[in-house]
Amino acid sequence: MIALLLFLLPLLGGIITCLIPQNATAKGVSLFVAICIFALAAAGFFYTPQGSQALSINYSWVSTFNANFALQIDGLGTIVCMLCAIVFPVIFLSIWHRNYGSTYYGLMLLAQAGMMGVFMAKDGLLFYFFWELALIPVYFLSSIWGNEHKVKYAFKFFIYTFLGSLLMLAGLIYLNFLEPTHSFAIKDLAAINLPHNTEQWLFWVFFIAFAIKMPIFPFHTWQPDAYEHTNTGTTMVLSSVMVKMGVFASICWLLYMFPNVDVLNLNIVIGLSVFGMLYASFLAMKQNDLKRLIAYSSIAHIGLMSAALFTKIGIGWQGVAVQMFAHGINILGMWMVVEFIEQRTGKRKISELGGLAQSQPTLAIMFVIIALANIALPLTNAFVGEFLMFNALFQYNIWVAAAAGLSIIFAAVYTLRMVQYVLYGQAKTYTNNFAIQPHELAAFGIIIVAIFIMGVYAKPMLTLATDVLQYLR
Amino acid sequence: MDLLIISAIFGIIMMFAGLWVNNKNTLGNIAIAGFAILSVAGIAALNGTNIFTQIKGSETMLAFGRKEYYFITLTCLATVLYLILCVKPLVAIGHYAAEYLALLFFITCGIIISVSFQNLLMLFLGIEIISIPLYILTGSDKQNLKSNEASLKYFLMGAFSTGILLMGIALIYGATGSFSLAGIIKETQGVSVIYAIGVILLFVALCFKVSAAPFHFWTPDVYDGAPTAVTAYMATIAKGASFLAFLQLFQTSFSGRVSAAWMYMLMFIIIATLVIGNLTAVFQQSVKRMMSYSSIAQAGFMLFALMAINSTNANEGLVLYTLVYTLASLGIFAVLVRIKDYTFDGFNGLAKKEPLVALATTICLFSLAGIPLTGGFMGKWYMLQAVASNSEYWWLIFVAVLLAAVSIFYYFKVIQAMYFKTGEALTITPFTSTVKIALVAIVVVLLAAGIFPSFFTSFLIF
Repeated sequence: MIALLLFLLPLLGGIITCLIPQNATAKGVSLFVAICIFALAAAGFFYTPQGSQALSINYSWVSTFNANFALQIDGLGTIVCMLCAIVFPVIFLSIWHRNYGSTYYGLMLLAQAGMMGVFMAKDGLLFYFFWELALIPVYFLSSIWGNEHKVKYAFKFFIYTFLGSLLMLAGLIYLNFLEPTHSFAIKDLAAINLPHNTEQWLFWVFFIAFAIKMPIFPFHTWQPDAYEHTNTGTTMVLSSVMVKMGVFASICWLLYMFPNVDVLNLNIVIGLSVFGMLYASFLAMKQNDLKRLIAYSSIAHIGLMSAALFTKIGIGWQGVAVQMFAHGINILGMWMVVEFIEQRTGKRKISELGGLAQSQPTLAIMFVIIALANIALPLTNAFVGEFLMFNALFQYNIWVAAAAGLSIIFAAVYTLRMVQYVLYGQAKTYTNNFAIQPHELAAFGIIIVAIFIMGVYAKPMLTLATDVLQYLR
Repeated sequence: MDLLIISAIFGIIMMFAGLWVNNKNTLGNIAIAGFAILSVAGIAALNGTNIFTQIKGSETMLAFGRKEYYFITLTCLATVLYLILCVKPLVAIGHYAAEYLALLFFITCGIIISVSFQNLLMLFLGIEIISIPLYILTGSDKQNLKSNEASLKYFLMGAFSTGILLMGIALIYGATGSFSLAGIIKETQGVSVIYAIGVILLFVALCFKVSAAPFHFWTPDVYDGAPTAVTAYMATIAKGASFLAFLQLFQTSFSGRVSAAWMYMLMFIIIATLVIGNLTAVFQQSVKRMMSYSSIAQAGFMLFALMAINSTNANEGLVLYTLVYTLASLGIFAVLVRIKDYTFDGFNGLAKKEPLVALATTICLFSLAGIPLTGGFMGKWYMLQAVASNSEYWWLIFVAVLLAAVSIFYYFKVIQAMYFKTGEALTITPFTSTVKIALVAIVVVLLAAGIFPSFFTSFLIF
């Protein structure tokens, strides 16, 4: 029942919000719905033990294809659903000062419904449905609200991801055909005894779909453009939750369905991920636009997750599970800082900013904490995950770990450079430099608390993360 | 049987109504009522209620089963929707409103014959009864040179393809000594050369009718030149009906006898149709022309059903595909017919001015592009499954999927124009609330078909 509600609540809430004529009301309703979803998720996960009936449903859906409406929340699902539930109220809070119109808030909730679905679906066709349901609202969000190039780059993003999902669709159809009972249930798909070569190329077909979403090195070019040109609220959705769909799917679908992939193929993927990490780190160091900088830093972080998960080492997978949540929180904090600065100064170029700490002391504190979390300093949330992931990379191959380790140094370089040039140095005059607002304070508060709680007391999250090992075959 | 008789009677009533009724709107309403009655009769027939009983022995000519009744009922319902959406522009084309509407009833007769034929002669009759009124309707805008040109082109090419069809029927008769499907199936043991050539000619002629490449050259010019209200009919209902005839013929009759060589030919035609349709559509400047190439591309998808011989899923899938393709295209044409400027820029800013219409158009375009939650996705899914079940040709799935990605480019151009571009004052005929209700009805069916496709295919089985 909780599983069904987690999908239905944002779906219905989104449709209703779209229909509200007054923008201010729509904003309030969307925040209320998002908080309800969060409360439901928090209470649901806290009071229901893992594996209980309340966390899964299974209805017959399209009987001709043996497709079922099957949702189930396992340990990893709990982590990502929780992330999805916590991120949306924070986003709504942090963009409270904007008046985008009711469609914006409605589409946001619809995107949430799609993403919740992706994290819960246990049926191939249903998974594909949700995958697209998440994409369409985000496409509209990023095309309608943003700067003057938004339409072009939103379309680039859409074409990339849609091509990927179509490849996945073709792969799914083929798998479904190979399955003796033509079932779509993930367990049945995973149980197919695939010929060796078929398994290799099917792996690549699905990998490309998920790699575009994550994104991993040669498939990443849509991401900085999309992040830069769309409105920050949508960027938050894209980078905190949507890219996690790719990571999640790689664990629960890709590697679960194709356990016997050649080591060579895995090595290629890990190589691409690590190369992408370093490449993105270098680019991040050179960026002048805050949004592009954070976009490249996100590619670097995702690259580490992807490298760790394709090692197929249990401890690394746990790290990935924890890091998915941590990265979602941290990058959301980064975008909130960008939104804050852009609203006050109307600027996003590092060269045009400086000395903000003098006029915005509260921001300076928040920004530094979030930036340190982004570098994965101990006592912050990202440290736990990164430690585990590097552990796995080290077990896998010491040189890979060394190369990936360089990115920690680079992360410090570009993040601290940003902090330094934006907050300190020669103070510049900005027209609109008003103090922090209560709603922003609330949003920042949630992020900071989450960063510290997870960084100091990571045990509950780690316990949940052990559940991810069921997918390791 | 009822339906054939009723639609013929209505055709004649319509023709003579023009003598006494001068108000074009009244004429339109009579036609809508006529098709509504036909739909009711179709539903009744689906439930086993008939007024006229077929003479014993005529089953070798026309046979009506559940499948046929379902096809016909869907056609009539779609025509009702078409008329609600497009009757005003249709009767406004020229001075002969009653005749245009009468022709629609005669085309319906043709459709009824060509989906229920048991004899190749009936197939020929049905296809001709569909085609000849369409030639007239294409040229109905007499003052417009483009319309005249389109009509002539369509007529010449159509006549040529009819010749090929007849030749094919003659050769099959020569090989088997029978026109009736049952007879043909019984007679031949093994494939003689004459028989094979006959089947190929038949296939080519039908490919022409459904505008599959390389027999598609008439389509863009004819669809572009014809008055938009007529294009809306041709590209949706008439085309869907020809597809159902195609399915009837090749799925039930010739399936067992045509083998590997046949597959190669079919595969070539499918790939050519998909590639030409999709790639050419990308470069069109006019939405109307883009829609005609899109109809070619969609034909390529529908032909996949023929690859999976005698599979229930393919059968159901083609019906679903035809239904959603017809409705989605109808929705887009209904908007197009009210926009004076057929370039993509003509759609600029439609979302601001007519949010409901823009939303409906978007969902129709989603359906054509095959995005989940719409019927178009389920249709494509059925088709791809049909290919996958034919294990030798599974790689065609990837070809189809890549070309489906191409189709995003041109369908989304319209969406981008509507939502993301601010336009100058739109020159559109206002949308009445009736038209809006019809558009909403289309959207509801498309979404329902995308979420519960089994509902629409369940009528095919008892």
